[in-house]
Amino acid sequence: MPFVLPYLPFLIAFGILPMIYALTLAFTSSKGKFVGLSNFNQAGGDFRFGDAFAHVFVYTAVWLIALMIFVVGLALMLHSRASKATATFRFLYYLPGALAGAASVLVWLFMLDPAVSPASFILNHVFGVHLFVEAIAPGHLPYIFAMIAFWTGAGGWIVVLYGALNTIPRELEEAARIDGAGAWTIALRLKLPMIRKWVAYMVILSFATGTQLFVEPQLVNAASLGHVPDTWSANQLAFQLAFRYGRFNEAAALSVDLLVIGLIAAVLIVTRTGLFKKDD
Amino acid sequence: MRLTVRGLWYLILVVFALFFVVPILWLVLAPTKLDHALVTSNPLAFGSFHNVVKAWDHLDSYSSHLYRRWIENSLLYAVSATAIVLATAIPAGYGLAFGTFRGRKVILTLTLVAMIMPGAALVLPIFLELNALKLIGNVFSVILPFAFYPFGVYLAYIYYATSMPRDVIDAARIDGCGEWTTFRYISLPLAKPVVALVLFFSFVADWNNFFLPFALLGTSKQYPIQVGLSDLLSSTPSFNPATGGAGQQVNIFRPELALATLLAVVPVLIVFLFSQRALVRGLLGGGVKG
Repeated sequence: MPFVLPYLPFLIAFGILPMIYALTLAFTSSKGKFVGLSNFNQAGGDFRFGDAFAHVFVYTAVWLIALMIFVVGLALMLHSRASKATATFRFLYYLPGALAGAASVLVWLFMLDPAVSPASFILNHVFGVHLFVEAIAPGHLPYIFAMIAFWTGAGGWIVVLYGALNTIPRELEEAARIDGAGAWTIALRLKLPMIRKWVAYMVILSFATGTQLFVEPQLVNAASLGHVPDTWSANQLAFQLAFRYGRFNEAAALSVDLLVIGLIAAVLIVTRTGLFKKDD
Repeated sequence: MRLTVRGLWYLILVVFALFFVVPILWLVLAPTKLDHALVTSNPLAFGSFHNVVKAWDHLDSYSSHLYRRWIENSLLYAVSATAIVLATAIPAGYGLAFGTFRGRKVILTLTLVAMIMPGAALVLPIFLELNALKLIGNVFSVILPFAFYPFGVYLAYIYYATSMPRDVIDAARIDGCGEWTTFRYISLPLAKPVVALVLFFSFVADWNNFFLPFALLGTSKQYPIQVGLSDLLSSTPSFNPATGGAGQQVNIFRPELALATLLAVVPVLIVFLFSQRALVRGLLGGGVKG
C-alpha cells in the first residue's frame, strides 16, 4: 500500500534506528568493541546515579499517588452530579494544560517565591518558608515537581476519566439505586471498577513519563544558578554524560535503562489494558 | 444533612479550581505591575496597561529582539513539522486501515509502542544518532524528529477503521476511481475532523517540547520559545535578587519574565480554547470504541 510509504522513513529514522543505535552504543566501547554490561556498570557506578534515580522515583511515586487519589476522586465527584457547573469545573481544571513544559515551571517558580506569590501566606505559615531558596530546598523538589506535573496534567486525565464514566450505561446506575445503593456505593462499587482500565492506563503511562523527568529540574537549575545540580534526574545525568563529558557509551547505557522502562510500560498498556485497537 | 454534603462537594471542587486557576490569574496580572509592586501590592491586583507596554519594550530589546526570534523559531518548527505530519500520518492511517500488505501489523504495533512510550525516552537516542551523523545544531535536526508523530498515525488509523465503511471505497472503485483518486476525493474530505485533531495535537506537542530542541540545537538564536524561556531565566536574576547586577543591564525583571511566559503560551491557549470540544471527543473517540 503506497499510502504508508511517506511515513516509513520517519518511523525508521526517528523511532527504530535511534533505539537500535542506543542499544549498540550501550553494549560497545568507544572504539566499537563489544563490552557486555560494562557501560551499564560504569554508568550505574557514577556517584550521581543513585541520587538521580532516587529523586526520580520519589517524584514519580508522589505524582502517581496524587493522580490516583485526586484525579479519580474529582472525576467521580464531578460525575455524581452532572450539571452546568461541573462542565465549568472540568474546563477550569483543564486550563493549565496549555502551560505545559517550561512555562508551567516558570509559573510555579513564581508561586513558590514568597516575595511575590499569592500563596505566600500558606508558604509562610504552613510550610515555614520565607525565602525562595528555602522553598526550593533539595528535599522539597520531588514534591514540587510532582505538584507541577499534577497542575498541568490532572485536568486532561479528569476529562478522560469523566468521558469514560459517561460510557457506563445509565440503566446500571438506576438499577443500583433502586437496589438501595447510595452515591458512595455507586461511585466506589459500580463506577470505579468500570473505569479500571483507564485508571491503569493513566498510572502506567504516568509512571513511564515520570521516570523521564527533564525540563523541571533543568529550569530549577537555571533559576537557582546552579544551587540545584544539573544532574538531578536520570535523564539529566544521561544528557550531561553525553553532552558535557562525551561519554556517549555510558550515556547510551543510561538512556537504554530509561528506554526499557518506557517500553515495558508501553507494551503493558497495549497488551494488557485492551484500550488500543490493534486490529479489526 | 443533604445540604452539608452538597456544600462539601462544592467546597472541594472550588478549592481545586483555585489551585488550578490562581497561578494563571497571577501570571496574567503580573505584567501589569512594576517589579516592586509585585512584592508590595496585592498579588492579584491589577496594575496598568502602560506597564505591560513597558515590560514588552524591555523584553523585546533583550539581546536585540531575541524573544521575537524565539517565537518565530517555534512557529517555524511547529508549523513545518505539523505540515509534514499531516502529509504523512493521514495517508498512513488510511493505508493501515484499509490496506492488506505484508508488514502492516508490524508497522501498526511499532507505531502504537512508539506513541505510548514517553517522547523524552527517545530524545537522547536521537541525539546520539544525529550526533554520529554530525547533524546537530541544524534546524532540520528538530523539524524532522518532530515530524515523526505516531499518535497522529494512530488517530487517523482509528478514525478510518471505525468511522468509514469499506463499502464507500468499494463503491468508488466500481465507479472507476483509482487508489489515489479514491483517497484524494473520497477519503481525505471525509477525514476533516481527524485532520483538525492531528493538527492540534501535533502543533501543541511540538510547541511545548523542551528536551529535544534543547539537546539538538547549538545557539540561542535557533532556540524555540520553550528553550528560550530557560535561557532568559538563567540570564536574569529574577529569583536571585541577592546576585543583583545582571538584571539592571538587560532590564529583565519579574514582570518581563511573567510576560515572556504568558506570550509563550498564547498560541497554544488560542488553539486550546477553539478546539476544546473536538479535543474531548477525540481524546475518547480513539480508545473507547476500541
